[in-house]
Amino acid sequence: MRIHLSLVFALVVGLAAPAYADRRSDAKAQAEFGVTVAQRGLWKEAAMRWERATEIDPTYGAAWNNLGVGYEQLGRFDDARRAYEKALEVEPSNTYIRNNYDLFREIYDRQNRRRDR
Amino acid sequence: MTARTAAAIASLAVALPLAGCVSFYEVDVETPIQAKIDTTSYQRVLVAGFLNGGSEAIDANTETARLLRSQLRNRQEMRVVDVDALPLVEEMDQRLGLTAPTRGGDTPRFSDVKALEAHTAIFDDAEYWKKIGEEYQQPLIVTGTVIFNEVSRSGVVSRPQSFVNQQGLEEYRTVREYTDMRGFALSPTFVFIDGRTGARLYSESYHEEALYPAGQNTPALSSYFELMDKVLPSFLNTLSTQKIRGTRVLLK
Repeated sequence: MRIHLSLVFALVVGLAAPAYADRRSDAKAQAEFGVTVAQRGLWKEAAMRWERATEIDPTYGAAWNNLGVGYEQLGRFDDARRAYEKALEVEPSNTYIRNNYDLFREIYDRQNRRRDR
Repeated sequence: MTARTAAAIASLAVALPLAGCVSFYEVDVETPIQAKIDTTSYQRVLVAGFLNGGSEAIDANTETARLLRSQLRNRQEMRVVDVDALPLVEEMDQRLGLTAPTRGGDTPRFSDVKALEAHTAIFDDAEYWKKIGEEYQQPLIVTGTVIFNEVSRSGVVSRPQSFVNQQGLEEYRTVREYTDMRGFALSPTFVFIDGRTGARLYSESYHEEALYPAGQNTPALSSYFELMDKVLPSFLNTLSTQKIRGTRVLLK
């Protein structure tokens, strides 16, 4: 019985793995295209690609990070904060993401501090 | 194949796509910080003057008005009205029936914003600002308070100290020591007023300090400019969109 259950589990995981790999591959293609267009200064297009990548694979930390950078560049600070925080939630020990987030927070906090309209 | 082996293979199938090298690309970014108030309906900006307090080593009213005018000329679209700073303290002294004490005492007349509280009523006097607005073709008016004080602090600070190691090479180590520091604190509040209606539009406050070793003689004016340098980007960002240059890392 134990062996049967394990085999069923292995079968389910085995079938799911290629689907997951396909999904990650699609998301990666979107994220990579986003990087290419961002390097040409097309940040709206880039952000759209990274949005698509995170929709396809919400566990794709790199895409969330890039989306944070894209939103920041477009002046969408609240969205950028959410994207960076999602990236850190997915990959808490990624130092690239942490550095980007820290640099962003310097600007974000400065903009929001001591404002008494 | 045992159940354990099957499970291990399945786990590997899941884990493999996750592994691999991370590619990263450093990109230059220019983060746009939107202006805090909409100035499109104004053609002119008037730096009217400030209620000033603290050290009398500098005239914070005149210096602040002069500095802001020169910065505004270069960093935004509106025309800057060229006019001397209004003596707002004297204006309010007159209204409140106060006689200003003679200058030169050790204790400043207004050591903090609280001491200026009665005088700050001028910012809510819409009629007064409307009248000034009419005089200068209804500009956006910049005014506020500036407190510039001498400060002293004592505490443990870290500093690099050089020493020669056993190989005869110079190295640095961090030493911590108790030090007396002296310097200045700047606490400006900028108030933005609509010159058409006299209504207060927006205000923001800052506090910055610059401390130096007690033996170092730093002129008050030099320290004032050092402190204003820290405040200016945010002040300018109130009126115009600023771009902050930096780098970020994109990942694949």
